[in-house]
Amino acid sequence: MSINTNGVFKAKDFATDQDVRWCPGCGDYSILKQVQTVLAQLGLRPAETAVISGIGCSSRFPYYMNTYGVHSIHGRAPAVASGLRIANPDISLWLVTGDGDGLSIGAGHLVHALRRNFNFNILLFNNQIYGLTKGQYSPTSEQEKITKSTPMGSIDYPINPLALAQGADASFIARSMDRDPKHLQAMLKRCHGHKGTALLEIYQNCNIFNDGAFFTFSDKATRPASTIYLEHEQPLVFGKEGELGIRIDGWKPQVVRLDEGAYSKDDLWVHDEKDQFKSQMLTRFFDNPTAGEDFLPRPFGVLYAIERPTYDDLILAQLDQAIEEKGAGDLDALLAGSETWVVK
Amino acid sequence: MTKTTELRDEITIKFAGDSGDGMQLTGSQFTNNTALAGNDISTFPDFPAEIRAPQGTLAGVSGFQLHFSSRPVFTPGDQYDVLVAMNAAALKANLKTLKKEGTIIANISGFDKKNLRLSKQESNPLEDGSLEGYRVIEMDITRLTRECLKEFKLGTKEKDRSKNMFVLGFLYWMYNRKMDSTISFLETKFKKKPEVLAANIKTLKAGYHYGETTETFTTRYEVKPASIPPGEYRNIMGNQALVIGLITAAQKAKLPLFYGTYPITPASDILHGLSKYKNFGVRTFQAEDEIAAVCAALGASYGGNIGVTGTSGPGLALKGEAIGLAVMLELPMVICNIQRGGPSTGLPTKTEQSDLLQAFYGRNGECPMPIIAAASPSDCFEVAFEACRITLQHMTPIMLLSDGYIANGAEPWKFPKAADIPAIEVGFKTELGAEEEEFLPYKRDENYVREWVIPGTEGLQHRLGGLEKEANTGNVSYDPANHEYMVKIRQAKVDKIADFIPLQALDNGPEQGDLLIVGWGSTYGAIKSATRDLLKEGYQVAHAHIRYLRPFPKNLSDLFKNYKKILVPEINNGQLSKIIREEFLIEVEQYNKIQGVPITKGELITVVKQLLK
Ligand code: SF4
Repeated sequence: MSINTNGVFKAKDFATDQDVRWCPGCGDYSILKQVQTVLAQLGLRPAETAVISGIGCSSRFPYYMNTYGVHSIHGRAPAVASGLRIANPDISLWLVTGDGDGLSIGAGHLVHALRRNFNFNILLFNNQIYGLTKGQYSPTSEQEKITKSTPMGSIDYPINPLALAQGADASFIARSMDRDPKHLQAMLKRCHGHKGTALLEIYQNCNIFNDGAFFTFSDKATRPASTIYLEHEQPLVFGKEGELGIRIDGWKPQVVRLDEGAYSKDDLWVHDEKDQFKSQMLTRFFDNPTAGEDFLPRPFGVLYAIERPTYDDLILAQLDQAIEEKGAGDLDALLAGSETWVVK
Repeated sequence: MTKTTELRDEITIKFAGDSGDGMQLTGSQFTNNTALAGNDISTFPDFPAEIRAPQGTLAGVSGFQLHFSSRPVFTPGDQYDVLVAMNAAALKANLKTLKKEGTIIANISGFDKKNLRLSKQESNPLEDGSLEGYRVIEMDITRLTRECLKEFKLGTKEKDRSKNMFVLGFLYWMYNRKMDSTISFLETKFKKKPEVLAANIKTLKAGYHYGETTETFTTRYEVKPASIPPGEYRNIMGNQALVIGLITAAQKAKLPLFYGTYPITPASDILHGLSKYKNFGVRTFQAEDEIAAVCAALGASYGGNIGVTGTSGPGLALKGEAIGLAVMLELPMVICNIQRGGPSTGLPTKTEQSDLLQAFYGRNGECPMPIIAAASPSDCFEVAFEACRITLQHMTPIMLLSDGYIANGAEPWKFPKAADIPAIEVGFKTELGAEEEEFLPYKRDENYVREWVIPGTEGLQHRLGGLEKEANTGNVSYDPANHEYMVKIRQAKVDKIADFIPLQALDNGPEQGDLLIVGWGSTYGAIKSATRDLLKEGYQVAHAHIRYLRPFPKNLSDLFKNYKKILVPEINNGQLSKIIREEFLIEVEQYNKIQGVPITKGELITVVKQLLK
């Protein structure tokens, strides 16, 4: 075990001596590296950090982090973390889950964690496939997908994870990608800075069972037109040269060209992270860019971020309030109850 | 006209009416009053499954059974001396358990045509002679109550709500009781509704005076105080005792208590109870489901709290996987299972002891954990405390079994003083030892117990998880020999607890004899009472009641050898019998009743006599 003496931890201080067992080329490697880098950059100590996961490829994550951690059971990381958060309000708490773990078997827990707004960060690795069980379609897989369990194509309608989070009144919703380390690092930092449940969806490539699922969003050729990087208080501009933008036409977002004279930046939708209505629209930017001509770009960055009281703060506040109102618990009074009698 | 008072040793009363008739409140008020009068008591409420079942129907009958005596009592009584029937359905549902020549107090306005039709009776039992042999006291309680409240501005519906107070007042007269405790209870309950308060007190007194002045009632009964051990007592229900036991253990271990749960009958009162004691640092978490509840409790244990979860049979089935995780993580956790009739949704409001096998075996893999069972309402206190002690000192989840009968039953409890309760020593690991180069999370002490570290502790980071652990390091390991070793060591750790629990004592009876009755859980009162009576009749019968079901006390096998026969009565299809046969390779006799109701003393006596013929 590396014990750092000067009190400044490096990325490698967050790594364990365990062999990392993801397939070579898996997007998980990049995410692991960015997390270790960011935690070090944030000045966190490994001992004040914990990583909780469920089951799946991504959920092996805690074994590779020289922090505290629990590799729990399928789908239940938010539940385990809820108890830990209440017991232990001070550590930096990170959850790692996947599209199967967090959106299928554990979808219920995810929703409830988001609405309760525990102060922890949820990293949702979305690879649109079941990797650990060797290639069945997942709740985020697109319809008609051919997989081991869908030889005639999937008939399941996919979940839109960020719209689900918005529906659960999540206080922080963001999206990033394994192949964009800089952006991913920035988003991890934003998660850390957010008080409340931060949900970060990370598009992650499973090169074994679903290679290239998100390449449209990362390939040089297709990326400019199919992605939009959100910046707070900045107009929604995208495209290779920034020649495209989004304006709101009544209730509908519309892609417009900025290089034809009809529209300028001043006509565009200005991103406001705190605007719940607009962020709902952004979560609905969910078109498949390969499917046709007319599509909205996929948003990356922070779609929504507001502050509201966290469950852990509220529960502790009630403990204080109870003591204030009733005084610290008196065990003898508890044992005796309200009515007693003496037998001689 | 002279009124006489007759002395009685013991009385069993059943209050029965519609769920809206306030029978639970009437029963519990009579109970408290009876306890204050110094009698020994045992009570048992029985609720309909539906919250507001249709009025007047059999399904809607709510009851409260109370047994009080000048001698020690251990059960709510096999049969009633007095049945209070607020309507025709209440009479029909309970008549079979009334003693021959018992007394019926019938509210005649509850026997009108509508009530008879709703309870599916063709003729009125009060008139058709079918109650011959019983002593029937007919009172038009509804009319009498309205009469007494005619000057009140309350609506008829509200006035009618006081009619249970009329019955209570009448019974206070009949059993020579003071009304003070109930009056002061009402004063607190209706502090903000002076009109309702006045109405209730007036009706209570009217019921009392009705007994006093009406010429038909000439006899009152008195039950002298019981000779129970001296000391200060209170009345306690099982779930309440469990709550107090958990909090006491947390205080004595100097750790926060975390209770993660999901509402389920008959365990919900534990949540209600604990959520009132936040000033003891109790964190209650009503989770989104049973699985989240147990997982959160486990997460809290990882964080250094005493994680506790509570449920009933169906919920326990859902929690199975997470309990397996707790066994792998080797963290403390108490799982309280307040059993009810099963399988599936089964009989939610009825009692059963049918989760013993689930507690033993209901998880995937080789997954042993200690099991401890409460025998009576007040015993829940001790068992909860013990469960916390064992889980904290042996780093294993533990299953605590109670059931609906104990949970809702009540008895007097000679409660301890806080200063007399021992501390629970818990040692967190806070730094590496002098000889240690690195922290080994699965290194064990001489009792096979690993160390507990709170996240945040400098230099002791470690990862836990459900994958098989390598001995000592806790790293993931697929090594065949290691897996077998870990399976055996987890078992050995649980078995080792036998060194830290008391030997099995006899509850009553000779050290050798013809028959040993072996019970666990809520059959305690019935077996104890039956054994007492059988011994009086000269039978060579003893009673042992097992609290520690896994591991068993070390002397249990030797104890069994001292009797010609062993009888195991259970409210299931023979679960402890099966385990005893398997574990000790001996034959046992079974007595099983699976009707959602307790075993009675009388039944047991008959069974024993048959066995020893
Ligand atoms: S199966 Fe896919 S997700 Fe899993 S480790 Fe391999 S590449 Fe990564």
